[in-house]
Amino acid sequence: MRDRSNGLGGGFAAYGIYPKQKDLYALHVFYGSRRAKDECERIIHASFDISVAERIPTRRVPGITDAPAVWRYFGLPFPKLLEAADIDEREFVVRFVMKVNTEVQGAYVFSSGKNMGVFKAVGFPEEVGRFYRLEDYEGYCWTAHGRYPTNTPGWWGGAHPFALLNYSVVHNGEISSYDANRRFIEMHGYRCTLLTDTEVIAYIIDYLNRRRGLSLKETADVVAAPFWKEIAAMPKEKRGYYTYLRNVFSSLLITGPFSILVGFAGGMMALNDRLKLRSMVVGEKGDTVYVASEECAVRTVEPDLDRLWSPRGGEPVIITLDKGVKV
Amino acid sequence: MGIHDIIPEYEVLRDPQRCTVCRLCERECANGVHSFNPKTGKMQSDNTKCVDCRRCVVFCPAHALKIVRNEESYRTNAQWDRQTVNEIFKQAETGGMLLSSMGNPKPYPIYWDKMLLNASQVTNPSIDPLREPMETRTFLGKKPHELRRDEKGRLRTDNLPPQLDLDVPILFSAMSYGAISYNAHKSLARAATALGTYYNTGEGGLHEDFYKYGPHTIVQVASGRFGVYKRYLEAGAAIEIKIGQGAKPGIGGHLPGSKIVGDISRTRMIPEGCDAISPAPHHDIYSIEDLRQLVYSLKEATDYKKPIIVKIAAVHNVAAIASGIARSGADIIAVDGFRGGTGAAPTRIRDNVGIPIELAIAAVDDRLRQEKIRDRVSLIAGGSIRNSADVVKAIALGADAVYIGTAALIALGCHLCRACQTGRCNWGIATQRPDLVKRLDPDVGTKSLINLVSAWKHEIMEMMGGMGINSIEALRGNRLMLRGIGLNDRELKVLGIKHAGE
Repeated sequence: MRDRSNGLGGGFAAYGIYPKQKDLYALHVFYGSRRAKDECERIIHASFDISVAERIPTRRVPGITDAPAVWRYFGLPFPKLLEAADIDEREFVVRFVMKVNTEVQGAYVFSSGKNMGVFKAVGFPEEVGRFYRLEDYEGYCWTAHGRYPTNTPGWWGGAHPFALLNYSVVHNGEISSYDANRRFIEMHGYRCTLLTDTEVIAYIIDYLNRRRGLSLKETADVVAAPFWKEIAAMPKEKRGYYTYLRNVFSSLLITGPFSILVGFAGGMMALNDRLKLRSMVVGEKGDTVYVASEECAVRTVEPDLDRLWSPRGGEPVIITLDKGVKV
Repeated sequence: MGIHDIIPEYEVLRDPQRCTVCRLCERECANGVHSFNPKTGKMQSDNTKCVDCRRCVVFCPAHALKIVRNEESYRTNAQWDRQTVNEIFKQAETGGMLLSSMGNPKPYPIYWDKMLLNASQVTNPSIDPLREPMETRTFLGKKPHELRRDEKGRLRTDNLPPQLDLDVPILFSAMSYGAISYNAHKSLARAATALGTYYNTGEGGLHEDFYKYGPHTIVQVASGRFGVYKRYLEAGAAIEIKIGQGAKPGIGGHLPGSKIVGDISRTRMIPEGCDAISPAPHHDIYSIEDLRQLVYSLKEATDYKKPIIVKIAAVHNVAAIASGIARSGADIIAVDGFRGGTGAAPTRIRDNVGIPIELAIAAVDDRLRQEKIRDRVSLIAGGSIRNSADVVKAIALGADAVYIGTAALIALGCHLCRACQTGRCNWGIATQRPDLVKRLDPDVGTKSLINLVSAWKHEIMEMMGGMGINSIEALRGNRLMLRGIGLNDRELKVLGIKHAGE
């Protein structure tokens, strides 16, 4: 897939990789300077009870240069802080991430979930994988992305996946609704610092799924809603449901081409824009599911598939671990 | 003529070779410009009475007439131009306020023309509205804070406050029966119904014949409360409380007793021949908490089934005022810019009070977002929307929909002579004289309005498609789709947009 990216960003999200610390938040942070690290660590230690703080293991790779310091921290927010602010743990972590990423110059928290982690850099994806020694990790769900940036310069934080809490998003496309979505989501406490549409998609998913309590299917029905013409032809109850969602969350409709993979604890959702302006295929082999923008990517990993299909535009494919599987 | 010799603004030119002395111009002109001179056997004209409405020019079967700007002038003076001198003469003669109509015609900046739209190239495909769905439907009203689920965990959809459902984000703005004619109202009501949008009664009540268009009618409650009673409130799809109007912020209205005749008197529910005076303020609103009471009184009266619109003029502190209104229980805020039209206003007020809608709507949208209450209300922008590009720009700045008034009247045949206050509209729009009213055929009027809005809708879809946007809600507040051209930093900051090239 080297041909589809240009070396200005590659990355991975992996779920189930930290079984020993699975109940702790794993914060992955880039530091551009010693000062940024000192300042950020002051905030981390004031906010979290940290049990492990370490450099993320990397190796030298010819294509990857100008690497920032890459650190990770495992810990939980101090309960008394949650009590004082009267918010839950996840909201606390979101606010912490927003604070560091907007206020600490040179520090950037790029992964903040439990038992999952994002690894990304400026480079081609295969180089990024070698750089982070990903062969040393084992997980139940992986997403990967090779970037060909259009709107923003390639920099480490701008590579995909983009993550917040357990959500991670890789995105292929460019959304035309960006500023409408951004201005709405910023009203609810999020700060879009990257000017990339992937960031705003991640916040929308967090807002709808975590904050408003919509299911992932309902979330997909908001961001890639059916057309009014289709809704008009539906039976009454379904028509009422879609009309309600389109009305109430009209500012979160995403237009323009996108195919996204949303990683979450226990699974993954694949979603295309409603016109299917970007391709996306799903392949299955045994109990493994593969999703990619192009069939050749799936065939490269698993040439002998049981089944391969193209989901319709706006139709979410939600893949979850089988019941009873422990991670 | 005395010492105050007013030079007529326009001059009627008649080609004597072509004129057949059919005297049609004489019959068409309610201002009495044309007359037959029995001594010469020819037609003659009184330029002082001409308002350049072009009725005679259009109807002259011999194409013998032309109206031009009168070249005659006082001694050239950049400071004391002809209009200035004429107005002083008029006031020296009469001791009265100057009256005018329609919108502010002065050469203030038109910000619509200083904003440019985006289009997709390479990284994001444009969408062809001829091949793909392109959606202009929008809802106006409050969005619920809480989501509820039934016992099976399904999302409940019954907690939605009342909404207006628009097929196209364009509504006809308030123009009262009285200010405009029966046929004009009929055209607006029927066009709104056909287009899947709404027209607005203004402050004149709702004529008995038009109750059937209620589902596409916004009924207005203004400071005079003319024509307001339970059935009226229940007839409309929404109720608009008019606090102010862009053409004359801060003042009320005055329909002279001479126009309060027949149906107008019945519809306004006031005696024939009695002046209809709308006070400057509502006499039950002296602060924001009073507005809240009126909003809830109207909701109570209509069983919480109708969205309440509060309409204000765009004035200096519009953002803070809108924020107060958003917290008053109102469902929709309509902001009317300083170029909005009127059937009559003091000239000095029309030309000097208020601010442009472009700046006002940007400021209001920003403020409501800063206060996290943008979801509690929808925004309608009005007062100078001239074409579909203005609509797209207004929505990209943050409006949910727009009101059009002047553009709708032009579609009905208005030639913008700005003399509505005389009541002698030769096109049958701003008049109650039966002989003039019948000149506006409501079938033609309806068709013209439908054509206009349909044409704009096609253009909106084309522009949206160019930007790669296939639904109007993804355009709303999408300010990255706008760039300023020739604007200074402060203007760009207020509009919340970047300059072209940035």
